[in-house]
This record gives sequence, C-alpha cells and structure tokens, in this order.
Amino acid sequence: MADQQTAPHRGRNAVSEPTFVRWLLILICALFLALFLVVPLGTVVGRVIMAGWGSFAETLSESDTQSAIRLTLAVAALAVPFNLIFGIAAAWAIAKFEFKGKTFLTTLIDLPFSVSPVISGLVYVLLFGADTWLGPQLKAMGFPIIFAFPGIFLATVFVTFPFIARELIPLMQAQGTADEEAAISLGASGWQTFFRVTLPNIKWALLYGVLLCNARAMGEFGAVSVVSGHVRGKTETMPLHIEALYNDYATDGAFAVASLLAALALVTLILRTLLEMKFGAEVGNGQHK
Amino acid sequence: MVLRSFKAGLVALSLVLAAGPSLPAFAGQEILNVSYDPTRELYKQYNALFAKHWKETGGEAIKINQSHGGSGKQARSVIDGLEADVVTLALEADIDAIAEKTKKIPADWKTLLPSNSSPYTSTIVFLVRKGNPKGIKDWNDLIKDDVQVITPNPKTSGGARWNFLAAWAWAKKTYGGDDAKIRDYITKLFQHVPVLDTGARGATQTFAERGLGDVLIAWENEAYLALDELGAGNFDIISPSVSVKAEPPVALVKGNSDAHGTTKVAQAYLEYLYSPEAQKLIAKNYYRPNDPSKADPADIARFAKIDLATIEDFGGWKKAQPEFFGDGGIFDQLYKPAK
Repeated sequence: MADQQTAPHRGRNAVSEPTFVRWLLILICALFLALFLVVPLGTVVGRVIMAGWGSFAETLSESDTQSAIRLTLAVAALAVPFNLIFGIAAAWAIAKFEFKGKTFLTTLIDLPFSVSPVISGLVYVLLFGADTWLGPQLKAMGFPIIFAFPGIFLATVFVTFPFIARELIPLMQAQGTADEEAAISLGASGWQTFFRVTLPNIKWALLYGVLLCNARAMGEFGAVSVVSGHVRGKTETMPLHIEALYNDYATDGAFAVASLLAALALVTLILRTLLEMKFGAEVGNGQHK
Repeated sequence: MVLRSFKAGLVALSLVLAAGPSLPAFAGQEILNVSYDPTRELYKQYNALFAKHWKETGGEAIKINQSHGGSGKQARSVIDGLEADVVTLALEADIDAIAEKTKKIPADWKTLLPSNSSPYTSTIVFLVRKGNPKGIKDWNDLIKDDVQVITPNPKTSGGARWNFLAAWAWAKKTYGGDDAKIRDYITKLFQHVPVLDTGARGATQTFAERGLGDVLIAWENEAYLALDELGAGNFDIISPSVSVKAEPPVALVKGNSDAHGTTKVAQAYLEYLYSPEAQKLIAKNYYRPNDPSKADPADIARFAKIDLATIEDFGGWKKAQPEFFGDGGIFDQLYKPAK
C-alpha cells in the first residue's frame, strides 16, 4: 500500500481512481440520496411546518391518533423481543452447529423477505378467519386473532423475523466456535458461555438487528392492513392511520403523523450512527477485540 | 455488563407492555359500523347526532366505531370475521354476499327497513377542471379525442359499477337500445381511461391531487365533497342528461349484534337514519335524502334534476352483477386498456 503510493506513477494510481472520478461518484451518490430521500422526507417535514404547530398538536391530541401511536408502540414492543429471542436462537443453531436441513432452515428464515406483505397478512386470515376451524374456536374463548391486536402482532412478527437472525448469522459464522470451545473446556456452563462469551461477541450486530427490526415493525403497512379491519381508534396502526387521514382529505394530519413515524425511524438511524461513532469499526464489522 | 443492560431492557420492556395495550376502557356500549369510502364525513357527523339522540331518549352512553374502505373489501372483511354490528355499504350485492356466506344477516334484509333499506341515494355526475376547458356537457363528450376520463375499477369499486351503469343507461337511451352501438360507446369510453383506481376515494385523489385526466366520473356526494375540501375554485360539477339512482343500502348484522348484546341500539342506529334530523344531515353531506321535507331547501336545491335509471332497469343487482361485472362479463369483454 505505502509502496504503491510512493511509487513514481503519474496520473493513475493502481488502487485509486483519479480525483475527478472519486468526486463524480460521491456527487452521484449525494444527488441520488437528495432526490430519493432528502427531498421526499423534507417535503413531509415542510408540509408539517407550513401547516403550523397548532395543526400538528391538534392531530396528535385526537384520540384516534393517540390510539394508533399506542398500538404501534405496543406491537413493536412485543414483536421485537419475540424476534430477538427467535433471532438469537436461530442464528446460534445455524452458525455454531452442523445438522441436516440447515440450508432449508436458512431459506425458511428468509421467506418473509421474498413473499409480498399482502400474502403475509392473508396467511393469517386463511388460518384464523371466520370460516376456518381454528378462528371461531379461539374467538369463542374470548381470544380473537384477526381484526384484533393478536393478528396485527402475528403479521408484524412474520414480516420482521428475518431481521435479527440475518444480522447475526454471517457474523457468528465468521467468528466460528473457538471462543465457545475454550470457555467450555475451562469449565463454563452453557448459559455462562452464552452470556459471557457469545453475547458480548455479537452485541453490536444484535443491537443493529433490533433497531432495524423495530423500524420495520413500526412501519409495516401491507400485512397489517390485511388483518387490521381498519377500525378507527381500535385496530389502526400509525401507517394505516396515515392512509386514513390522507383519504379523509385531512392531508395536514396525515403529514403530521407521517413526520412522527419518520422521526421514530430517524431516532433509530441516529442511535445507530452514535453507536458507530462511539465504537467505530467494532459496530461496523462486528469484530470483537 | 451486557447481562445487566439486558435485564434493564427487560424491565423497561415490561413497563412499556404494561402501559401499551391498556387502551382506555369505555363505560357503555360500543357498536361497529363497517362502511364504504365516501361516507367518512357523513357518519362522523351522524354518529355524534345519534349518540346524543340515544342518550336523550334514555339509552346509555354509546360509542360508534367506524371502519372505512372499498365496499367489496369491507364486505370481505365482515365475511372473514370483522365484528360489524351494522354495515352501510355501496352495493346491495355486497350485503347479499355477507348474508349468503355468513348467515349473520337475514336473506330478506332489504325489506326490513324503508325504501329498500336505503336511507339515502346518490347519483353519478362529472367533476371537471374549473371553467370546463374541454367543454364537457354529457356522456358523448367523454369520448372526444383529447379527453381523458378518470373512473375506478368496476371489479373492485362499488361506485365504479354505478358509473358503468350510468354510462350504459345514457347510451341505451341515446342509441335506442341498439346493443352494438351501446357496446361500441362503452369500449371507446374505457379507452379514454388512463388508470383504473381500486376505489372511489383513490380515483378522486388521482384526479384532484395528482391532476390526472379531464373529467372524473364520481358519486355526486364525492364530487361536492371534493369541491369543499380541495377548493371550489379548482373544479366544476357537470350533471349529465342521464344517470343512475344509486341506492347504498344499510343492514343490521344480527349474528354479530346478538352476540354483542347490541341488537337494540344497532337497530335504533339504522332506524334513526330515516328521522328528519338525520335526513337533514344527509342532505347537508350531499346525499339525496329519502325525505327532503325537513332538509334545508338550499341543500336540496343543489341537486340537479337528472333523468335517473334505477338498478331495476338492469334487472336488479342479482342479474346485473354477473352479467356486467362477473368473470367474462360485459365489462371484461369490452375493456381494452388505453394504449
């Protein structure tokens, strides 16, 4: 590396592009981001500012909006830990052990990425709908699934479950099993090995997975729309409420809730940036020291 | 360290969970009205009116929950188990579907309330850009070369079926029942449609907010609402010479309301729609009331006199639905998207 840089090559360096190419690439990237990210998000925020604080506060003080916020937070607060446990267990099994059907399991975990969210929702309607065997039984026991909280929760979990496992699997595979073997040969129990060796090794990837999973859980529209029933103040999550407000001609209100949802996602993004700044490369590539 | 923060996380989480799903309980009865798209504003006001009336006549506090969406989709949700106490949809066929599939609505539901269980009617009109730059007066103007027409998909939208039938009614009258000419007109009409939205409200948004098309074929109430909400300075309403009388029906979902113990209040909710107070509110929201006597005359004066065909002219929905909109029906035969 150092040799190449001091080598008396003129004009073109073997490992680097000319300056203008580098700037061009950066410019294209920045333009792309501005066009597809900053402008739309800026429009949302701009609409809210134009409508004024009064309209924003009015929307947020409506009971339907508050109920949508509560529901969204509750669903995310339940779905994320659920996927946390599942994600760690799945990544642990896949990365640290050899068994038959491993590839199949990995494919299954990826399934929600490849099927349309509408299907993810319809699956539960077909399982628990009124003309199924299971749905009416559960409902009779006072535990309705679709068009109620459990259905929204299930659909969200289905859509978000690859996020944490997908973050962890490559990292855990790269790390191998040497650390765990050392711990166990020194007499650590299974749980000790997990909490003192495995978990510290994967904590940043895990956290990143949780943040991604959370952002998606709060923002999911398609699957939730199918199982929600769209009852205002009851089964409408924030994304559904945004659509409802927009269709009510309450455009300012729709943008207010949209900006709030975007802000929640931005918090996630900022958290991640802070983590990267504080812990540098450790977060980025997940290598422990 | 990690373990400790993990535990702290669990504690925080359980706190969120304890606070999260505990929605404020409502002391009193609740009913769910599953409705279609354009009635949002009407039922918002009517629910307040009814809640007041019910309390004044000795009932307990009542909360009415609303669900809105395309009429067909809403019917599907009720069939799949959405716990509607009452349905207020765009089409008879949608309520028939619920009655047939779930048996939660009696088959003779249409006879259980006055006027075929339709407390209000509406018709189909045109919404054009201000000043009517393309000079659209009637249905034949929609197939002029430079005119683009916005209407939703009759396969998914109740409103769009009325639009289709209104066009058909005009063509039938104009061409003296010459079937080939009617079909030719409808084929041409749909060649002027650049995009078929799934619902009436979506089509309005396409026309008004996205600025697509020269004319929107819409519910009369939806067209007036667009004027109110999006600025009267942007659009004009044109009433064609012939249109249809659309009768959006309402029904009690007795299977559900019996289970909830809300049959009495849900029935009263539907019956009160026919009261003078409600009819006045209906007229104010641009639906044509059954009984205009108590409505504000200024509200009634807005409704243009149009030659209205009814669904009976098409042999009723039971015949018209499969004939026109079923798989391989007339719409499927004639619809060739614009290139």
